[in-house]
Amino acid sequence: MEILETVFVRNNLIVAFAVVGVTIWISYFLANTLTQGRIHGSAIAIALGLLAAYFGGVATGGSTGVADVALLSGIGLMGGGMMRDFAIVATAFGVHLSELKKAGVAGVVSIFAGVIVSFIVGAAIAVMFGYTDPAEITTIGAGAVTYIVGPVTGEAIGASGEVITLSVAAGLVKSILVMIGTPLVARFIGLDNPQSAMVFGGLMGTTSGVAAGLAATDPKLVPYGAMTATFYTGVGCLLGPSILFFIVSGMF
Amino acid sequence: MIVYGVALLSVCLIAGMVIGEALGVLLQVEANVGGVGIAMLFLVFASNSEKFKTLTEGASGDGIKFWSAMYIPIVVAMAARQNVAAAVDGGMLALLAGVAAVVVSFALVPVLSKLGKAPVVRETEEIK
Repeated sequence: MEILETVFVRNNLIVAFAVVGVTIWISYFLANTLTQGRIHGSAIAIALGLLAAYFGGVATGGSTGVADVALLSGIGLMGGGMMRDFAIVATAFGVHLSELKKAGVAGVVSIFAGVIVSFIVGAAIAVMFGYTDPAEITTIGAGAVTYIVGPVTGEAIGASGEVITLSVAAGLVKSILVMIGTPLVARFIGLDNPQSAMVFGGLMGTTSGVAAGLAATDPKLVPYGAMTATFYTGVGCLLGPSILFFIVSGMF
Repeated sequence: MIVYGVALLSVCLIAGMVIGEALGVLLQVEANVGGVGIAMLFLVFASNSEKFKTLTEGASGDGIKFWSAMYIPIVVAMAARQNVAAAVDGGMLALLAGVAAVVVSFALVPVLSKLGKAPVVRETEEIK
């Protein structure tokens, strides 16, 4: 047992490759047999990953899901920001410039629209729950933008620790829902071409959510959605503690 | 050589990240502004350009395609390391704020997608 543990921990990234490979194999098997391919195998794999992350988090009390389990620590490296960004950039290989240009303006508009709309929705819900302090309303609104914009904004304008934690939770809910929900609603919102994928990426903005959601819908759309989504958090961090906070301060 | 493609991919990512980080400093925000997106643009330019042919064709191209194909497994690992427990613990406010933001954003996708298509429709009408 001890030997096994030593080997697993010492080769954690390799263990992760094997575990993820087996998970994907099971997911595609389930997708083909249980759902006759109606649900994408990668959608099932991502859902299994999230489920495992929940149990990992509950069992260890850590903040990186299943990666806090010592034997599976390699999942943290494999699914971390560095590898994610590397693979996302690789998906741009073979993308034609003309496709990008076609949705250029709509893509840029969608980034700003996405940040502002998510912020308004989040802030409105904070007000509904009885928050009256502009810094707190702004922070929760910013959390609905992404779980990075929430704390960045909250710390910049001096919100309390609890409100910042809430904003992170709101952002996490958003990111997870985009992962699971995108393949389900794709047909109804016309998400089947590079242009709408760029608009989608700009509106949703959560890089993890968009990356996983599009992978489970149609991997060909990934580079287009990811391209706009990566600007979203930056724009959110720009607008949150400045213009959006000033507007909220003026209202409350 | 496979590693040429991998190196090109790496250089694109690092260059994009440096620019994204510099943009963040310039705009005085504590975030990388579009680093990955800029890196993707570099790779798109390189793969559409004659000059970089030796780095993007044949075995070199396979080095990039490998990482592109590893994308879904990496995303599955990414899902498995999310702080799902914290999201569940966030309570009603966090849940409602997150869900409402997603629902409204989903609804806006078809609206803004039309914005991108509108000029194309007009062009085809003119040709007629």
